[in-house]
Amino acid sequence: MKKNASFLLGMVYLVALGALLIAFIELWYLLIIPGLVGAYLLAGRKKERTDRFFIAFAIAGMLLVFFVALPVANMLRYSTPETIGRTFADGAAVSSIVLSMGAAFYAVLLSLLLGIPLAYVLARRDFAGKGLIEAVVDIPVVVPHTVAGIALLMVLGRGSILGSTINFVDAMPGIVAAMIFVSAPFIVNYLREGFEAVDPRMEFVARGLGASGFDAFRTVTLPISIRSIFMGAVMGWARAISEFGAVVIIAYYPMIAPTYIYAAFNSGGLATSRPVASLLLLICIGVFVALRLLSGRWKRYARD
Amino acid sequence: MLEIEGLSREWTDFSLNGINLTVEDGEYFVVLGPSGAGKSLLLETIAGFYTPDRGRIALNGTDITDLPPEKRGIAMVYQDYMLFPNMTVRENIAYGLRRRHMEEKEITREVERAAKLLGITEILERNPLTLSGGEQQRVALARAMVVRPALLLLDEPTGSLDATLQREMRRELLSLHKELGGMVIHITHSRDEAISMAHRIAVMFEGKIEQAGTPSEIFRRPRSRRLADFVGVENILEGTVISGAGGTMVDTGRLKIVVAGQIEHGKRVLASVRPEEIMLSKEPLKSSARNCIAGKITGMQDMASFAEITVDAGEPILVHITRQALVEMEITVGSDVYLSFKATSVNVMER
Repeated sequence: MKKNASFLLGMVYLVALGALLIAFIELWYLLIIPGLVGAYLLAGRKKERTDRFFIAFAIAGMLLVFFVALPVANMLRYSTPETIGRTFADGAAVSSIVLSMGAAFYAVLLSLLLGIPLAYVLARRDFAGKGLIEAVVDIPVVVPHTVAGIALLMVLGRGSILGSTINFVDAMPGIVAAMIFVSAPFIVNYLREGFEAVDPRMEFVARGLGASGFDAFRTVTLPISIRSIFMGAVMGWARAISEFGAVVIIAYYPMIAPTYIYAAFNSGGLATSRPVASLLLLICIGVFVALRLLSGRWKRYARD
Repeated sequence: MLEIEGLSREWTDFSLNGINLTVEDGEYFVVLGPSGAGKSLLLETIAGFYTPDRGRIALNGTDITDLPPEKRGIAMVYQDYMLFPNMTVRENIAYGLRRRHMEEKEITREVERAAKLLGITEILERNPLTLSGGEQQRVALARAMVVRPALLLLDEPTGSLDATLQREMRRELLSLHKELGGMVIHITHSRDEAISMAHRIAVMFEGKIEQAGTPSEIFRRPRSRRLADFVGVENILEGTVISGAGGTMVDTGRLKIVVAGQIEHGKRVLASVRPEEIMLSKEPLKSSARNCIAGKITGMQDMASFAEITVDAGEPILVHITRQALVEMEITVGSDVYLSFKATSVNVMER
């Protein structure tokens, strides 16, 4: 009975996948990579027992990976020295990229400054209303970003609650504020995971040896969770730099890179927007890979 | 001296209830109890990681109930060591000294002295995560001892070591304590560890202290059935007290046992005798032992260093004799024998 059920499920799954491929028959090359993966797993069978279902899962999974990798790889083809040189010559494009990276950096810095205390409190204590606070932290993840932008504009706009002392509209502070709003959940959750992985008894020991609560946090918990903090910052930075919807509503000018690309696409189509887009992609991937490699050094602190 | 009075604290799923404890200067004190008895929470409350709901804690005459942990002078060593993975062994040991803003030269000297004492000089520059369990244990001890705490708390310090290392670590802990002085509270679930190490023992069940006293009081004179079972008392018999001119006896209905002291007549009690305090013989013994009971052997079991004999003397009674005695007496299952034991060997407990 059980065997029949899993057989049935497997057949349905395969038929669905097959139908999907037949419907987009022009995409025949999507089969190349899954085919290679399947062959690779089958070749490795002697070493490690690999079930048929596992091979099927690996092949199906590779379709998704391929779907993500294809446009990225395709776009990188346009990152030739020639187009990059042309983009660098365009002052507005360069300053939009610089602005994006700088604003994202400030956003991450502020998120860390406020997020570290919050994440630590959430990691160490249970209290009434904790669920509510956790929900509030996660709200930006589920709110459409244009909605977030409008909501932010209502409290940061000229003459509003917070907008009367600092000018957020069409200015750097507005860009940073929007980036914080959308990237803070990632940063706080990464930090919290990191702090939770540090046994509170580690801090108890430090306290017994004469460290104040803050001392124990600074000398023990913080250094041990440095990898999570770092990864949180990288993910937060990546999230901030990719934000368009919320930023564009608060600050169309000065243009961040996504806004610039959008404007270029609207005025000149793919031909105009592609060089900037591919350069931004290259920079983002470069930073992402570099930071990931760098953070590998802290792996040994991970608890197993 | 550590004085704990009426210490209580509630957690969502556990509570410590009215803990009273006194640890004298220079004492090696063991808290013994099954896992889940709240021993670790008691230590952590003493160290100040949790605030008690009621009660007070005084260390060397100062009330420390409301002091933060870093002001108490109480250091903690956990079973799983809790070494700081972001520091070398040397920095781990120096941690407490640095918090005291000691001079660099002095820190180096103190760290190396402690390392030498514990035999870990060679691994000072290593990362703690690369060490074996025994080495990590020594580093954790050095880190705690180097600050000369007024009170050292050891949470199952031998719990993660194998049997050989365990015995070695017990000996070493005692000699370190002898050399450095100070008070130690050591918690364990091992009876052997408690009896072989403690000056005094407190046995803990479900957040309460069942009984505190010297090892001999705990193991020979448990005051409750539960404690008797936990410390491995055999031969627990239920009976009624007969108090008269001839002394005090406990009558189980099938057996009368002479006991020491005065107990109210007619009271229902439990009486126990440890198997190794009973003498076994083929003829009635002429000795000062006030109990001499005839019986028949119903079972024999070899236990490596001794033999366990079951004798039917109205009630089944366990007796431990040496293997030498077993061979010399030429007894087997079915032999008629006599059991002799002193009235003072009988422990009388409340039901």
